[in-house]
Formats: sequence, structure tokens, C-alpha cells
Amino acid sequence: MSQSTASPKSSHPRWLRLTHWLNALAVLVMVTSGWRIYNASPIYEFSFPTSITLGGWLGGALQWHFAAMWFLAINGLIYLAFNLFSGRLKRRFFPVSPRGVLHDLWAALRGKLGHADLSHYNQVQRVAYLFVMVDITLLVLSGLVLWKSVQFPLLRELLFGYEGARRVHFFAMALLVAFVAVHLLMVALVPKTLWAMIVGRKEQV
Amino acid sequence: MKKRIQVPGLDEASILADARKILAPQIEDRSRRLFLLRGLTLGGVAMLSGCNITDNESVETALSSMSRFNDRVQGWLFNPNAMAPTYPESMITRPFPFNAFYGIDEAPTVEEEGYRLEVTGLVADKRSWRLEELRAMAQTEQITRHICVEGWSAIGRWGGVRFSDFLKRIGADTDAKYVGFKCADDYYTSIDMATALHAQTLLTLTYDGAVLPRQYGFPMKLRMPTKLGYKNPKHIQAIFVSNTYSGGFWEDQGYNWFGGS
Repeated sequence: MSQSTASPKSSHPRWLRLTHWLNALAVLVMVTSGWRIYNASPIYEFSFPTSITLGGWLGGALQWHFAAMWFLAINGLIYLAFNLFSGRLKRRFFPVSPRGVLHDLWAALRGKLGHADLSHYNQVQRVAYLFVMVDITLLVLSGLVLWKSVQFPLLRELLFGYEGARRVHFFAMALLVAFVAVHLLMVALVPKTLWAMIVGRKEQV
Repeated sequence: MKKRIQVPGLDEASILADARKILAPQIEDRSRRLFLLRGLTLGGVAMLSGCNITDNESVETALSSMSRFNDRVQGWLFNPNAMAPTYPESMITRPFPFNAFYGIDEAPTVEEEGYRLEVTGLVADKRSWRLEELRAMAQTEQITRHICVEGWSAIGRWGGVRFSDFLKRIGADTDAKYVGFKCADDYYTSIDMATALHAQTLLTLTYDGAVLPRQYGFPMKLRMPTKLGYKNPKHIQAIFVSNTYSGGFWEDQGYNWFGGS
């Protein structure tokens, strides 16, 4: 790796970029195989188009889902541990307040929110990234109930029983997909953030 | 494939039936290939997982070994003292859904008169059982949730002999790894010994207070609220205790073997 990645200018350390992309891959596999599993017995009045699902049939989708779940969970734990113990979580994501979020959201909508310093997250980013950490945690926990409802009784009761956990799992997925959609839109609007997530620093001007 | 002896005078229907039997596994195999192919068309997945797009075998092998790994994790997570929740009678799902790899009209009809439950493998007493003898044993009942691998669930009321009582009665080697089942509908499956000995694992003879009806598995099914639906065999004809892995109807096609809740 070049020295610039390790320099203080690096806004996205190597561990962050690695866990980010592994997480993106795990989420892609989990969501698309999950849609196939959902289709086997839809909770609501619709199914996902087969062409955008992974696995080909229920058994195949389950194999993908139950393999990728380990990568999602372990990679997520590594990310959280690095974030917590490096002090990055506190530094980058806090403080965050409803007022600050509204202020930055308003500024963003008027196109007046700067992205000069990529190591600084505005409050909308902070709340969005904190949200997605909580949401994936909820997906893992509700997934644990669906997988092993008898072995995790406390978790099962907290998530409204087996049938309740199915719905929690579904809505947490829907929110994650919504996050990804907005996230990708933002990256398209500010492409240098993609570069930062790949090489670790902002584009040389 | 089975070796077949040509018998003159076979009628068309039986030839067709035989052909289907022989072809079915191959068709199944092709659809499995197809699922992998479809899976791999999803952009990036194949590339980033380090597998060649055309190299389906390695993906299949990787997924299978993850499934075996998940079997071990589930065996380790399984707590023999953890009970599946039980429910009041008012919560029973009515009508309880029929589910099999065939339609309800094709459910096998087994006559009680000639029926004998065959017991083989690592057991002291290999004699066959009549239903009456099983009914004479201590009976127990439970109202539990049946969870299908497809995701849906339904609450039902099953009664019968605690399977651990039965295993003790036949002098089964409870240190053996597996208990296997062969069924009248050509279904087969096998389970781990820990689950076989679980207090809620029932050799089910009744449903909702009446003799187990044909559509729910007459003459008996093994009911395990700690496992998914496909692990609960119906129309059981033979039980065997073994240390050799014998898979199952769906398990051999890719469903997880342990299949526990």
C-alpha cells in the first residue's frame, strides 16, 4: 500500500474500506437470496421478480443465505470493533442531534452542504450510517430467531415470536434496501466519495 | 441407477412410470445446475467470491460445505433442555395445512391391519410393532408450532409416544449418531440422536385428539417442534438407528440436514 493511505490525510482507513466492501457483497447476497426465500411463502400480496433473486430455487437460496450470514455477521462485528476501539465511532458519528440533522438536511436540499472534507460527516450522514448499523444488527438478530427460534427464547419473545420476527426481518430488509438506494444516489451525486472508499483519500486536485 | 430386467408384456403405463422414476433425479440435477447458473449471473457475486463463472462445481461444493458447517454449529447450539413454546387450544390453526412433495389426493393409504413398524440397526430388540402395541405405551400430547422451511408456520395438536421412551423400549444404542426413517410415500430422512431424545419429540399417533388422519401421516409421523417441517417424516414404515449418515429426500437436494429451530 502507498504511504498516502497511512497518512493522516486518509479519510477512509484500510480496515474501513475492506469491511465496507465485504459488507456490500454480503448484503447483496443476503438480500437477493432472502427475496427468493420470501417468494416461497410471501407474507404480503406480492413476490419479488425471480430474475433479481439469487439461488434459483428455495434450497439454493437458503444455501446462499446461510453461508453469507456468517460473512455479514463476522464482518459486521469486525467493523464495529474497529470503529469502537479506534475511537472513530465517537469522533465521526457524534454529536448527532435532531436539530443538527434537520439543519444539515435543509442545507443539503438547497445544495448548500459542502463535501470538501470527506473525513467530516455531516449530521444527515451520521444519522444514516448509525441507522444502517442498527438496522443490520436488527436483521441479524431477527434472522437468528427465524433460524433458531427454540434455541433463542428471549430474543424470540423480544421480537414478537416467530411470526413477529418474520415481519421484523422483512421490514428491516426493506429499510436496508431504502438506505442502499439513497446511499447510491448520494454517491452518484458526489462521485469523489466512491474514490475515497476505494483508495482511501480524496481525489488529488 | 437400478439394474432392470426386461419382462415381456409390460404395459405402457408401468414403462412410463419407470421411466419417470429413472429420469426424475436427472431432471432434479439439471434444475440444480440451473439454479447455480442463475445465481452466478448476478453481477459481481461470482467474481468477488473468487470462483470462475463456468466453474459451477466449486460453488456447489463451497455451499455444501457451508451447509455441513451449519449442521455442526446447530448440533452444538442444540440445547436438549430448551423446549419449543406450547400454545392454548384456541390458537390451533384450522384447518391445519397439508404439505408434501405431492398433492393431498396422492397421500398414501396405509391399512392398519397389515401394518408393522419395522425397527432395525443398532437396537437390542428388532421385532416389528403393531399400532396397538404403540397405543398401549404411555401417551403424551402437545400443542406446538410447525415451522416450514418455506417460512410459514401453523399451530397443531399432536399426541403419541415420547420417542425417547420408544428408543429405550427397543434398546436403541443412544450413543449412535443417527436415527433414520423410511416412509410409505417413498420419503426418507434422518435426524441426530440428541433431537431424537428430546422430550418434545413424539412418535405421533393422533392429531387433534383423533387417530392421525391419512393427510397428516397415518399410521404415524415423527413430530419434532425443534425441527423444520421437512425433518418430520410422515407415514413411517421403518426406523433404523445408525452411525452412518443417510441424508434425506430434501436434504439430498440441498436442504440443510440438521434443519433445526
